[in-house]
This record gives sequence, structure tokens and C-alpha cells, in this order.
Amino acid sequence: MRAAVIVFPGSNCDRDLAVAFERAGADVTMVWHKDSALPDGIDIVGIPGGFSYGDYLRCGAIAANSPICKSVATHAGRGGYVIGICNGFQVLTETGLLPGALLRNAGLKYICKTVGLKVETSASDYTAGYNAGDVIDIPIAHHDGNYFADADTIARLQGEDRIAFTYTDNPNGAQADIAGILSQNRRVLGLMPHPERAADTGHGGTDGTALFRALTGALSTA
Amino acid sequence: MKARVHVMLKNGVLDPQGEAVRHALGAMGFDGVKGVRQGKVIELDLAEGSTQADVEQMCEKLLANTVIESYSVEMS
Repeated sequence: MRAAVIVFPGSNCDRDLAVAFERAGADVTMVWHKDSALPDGIDIVGIPGGFSYGDYLRCGAIAANSPICKSVATHAGRGGYVIGICNGFQVLTETGLLPGALLRNAGLKYICKTVGLKVETSASDYTAGYNAGDVIDIPIAHHDGNYFADADTIARLQGEDRIAFTYTDNPNGAQADIAGILSQNRRVLGLMPHPERAADTGHGGTDGTALFRALTGALSTA
Repeated sequence: MKARVHVMLKNGVLDPQGEAVRHALGAMGFDGVKGVRQGKVIELDLAEGSTQADVEQMCEKLLANTVIESYSVEMS
């Protein structure tokens, strides 16, 4: 599996994400935001967490309009895989690759702690390494993670089994406790929690490892 | 020429910052503040001949996220 990790000014989880991909067996290329094309043969694009462009205007808004994001949208449009974590999830909603938006946390505070996540579906190449209903421990670290979408969109996500993860104890006010969602073709995943920060025994937990392993398993045999 | 863009969270979208300001006003003794909504104002210095439609395009594509925000444009 060949993975590209996009690096924006202000990204700070790019290297963690690259290590998590590599540990799972992927070849990883870092791609700078000003590049207009992805390297050839990329199976999955990772949009990392951080504070792209200082979170100016809205989190992820300026990154979503950067040159590389046009190529990421083209890649997704061709059925390519994209995972956006934290700020990466915000970028994916700003590009329109995923529905909804991430608002300021309801309690107004930046929250950095490990939370319980319920795996809502195992029917995706990201979540196939878990069983639906599993509860895993994954860290969150965000100020704007309060998932918002109109009632029709939430109903559609539920009806199409596109909610990947929910919080067991909602920390930020997210609608329907949503922590992560899938695109209609189930190949684009956006989530606020950081599986790449739970992918090594030194992290204090390894519950994120199964996500990266399932992905490389699916994309290496494809 | 100049344009001034007002961006506000849509009605129905919780504005926790506005709520915090409302609580603070109440705690300071300003009674009777029933609600506070906080938005942003963006001033643009534009080339002559720019139109309101140009600015509305900017709002749709970047300045506002129309999933959660509404905007209005004043040209001057």
C-alpha cells in the first residue's frame, strides 16, 4: 500500500500518522501543500491533525482551498481512499468530501484526553479490524470537534450506516455523539479522535493499530 | 471600492461563544440580555468594477461555510 501524508503549515500530527502507516506496512510519501499533484500510484491520502494555516478564518477552510486539496478531491472522486484525522476531518468537511461541519466544543474548552469510542460499523476498510459495538480507547485533542449537520443529513448518515465511531461519553456536544463518519462509497473517513496516537505501546494504548492494519490489509490485496 | 461581509452562525446552530458572552453580561449585572450571537465582519478592499456578485462568490467559496453560517454583503 502506498500512502501520502499531506503537510500544511501548522500540521503537527503528520509524522505520527506517517509512522502509524509505516508500522502497518505502508510506503509513505510526505506531500507539501503547495504541490498540485499527488505522487503516482497512491492508494490512500492521510490528512493529519494540527492547526493548518493557524486555524485562521475557520479550522480547515484555507487548507481545503490549497493546491494539493484539488488533487485529493480528484483522487477521492476516482474512488481513492482518504483519511482525515482531527484537523484533517475539518478539512474534509470544508472541501465537501464529507457532509456537515465541526463547530467549537459546546463547553468552549480545548479538550485533550483519552475517550471511549464505540465502533458503530465494521463495514469499511477502516473499521473491519474491529467488531461493531467494540469500545476502544483513543485520544482526542481539539477545540472544534462538535460535529454538526442538519437533521436530514444525520438521518441519512444513520440510515446508510456511515457513522464509523461515536463517543461513549460525548465530550464536545457533537450531534448523535458522532466522532467519525464515512463517505457514501465508504472510502473517505473523517474522525476527530487520533488513532495514530494509540498505535504504539509507548503511547499508553494500541487500540488504533487495528485501523491501520485493516487498511493496509485491504489495500495490499486489492 | 470596499465591501463589508457579515458572517453569522445560522439560526438553530448553537453558538457557545455567544452563550458565554450572555452569561458574562448577566454576571456583570446587565439584566435583560435574552440572547447573544457572535459573528465576524470581514472588510475587503476591492479593485474598481468589482461587483456584489464577485463578493458573494468569495463568500460561497471561502469566507463563509454555508453548512453552518449565513452571510450578508454591503458594498460601498
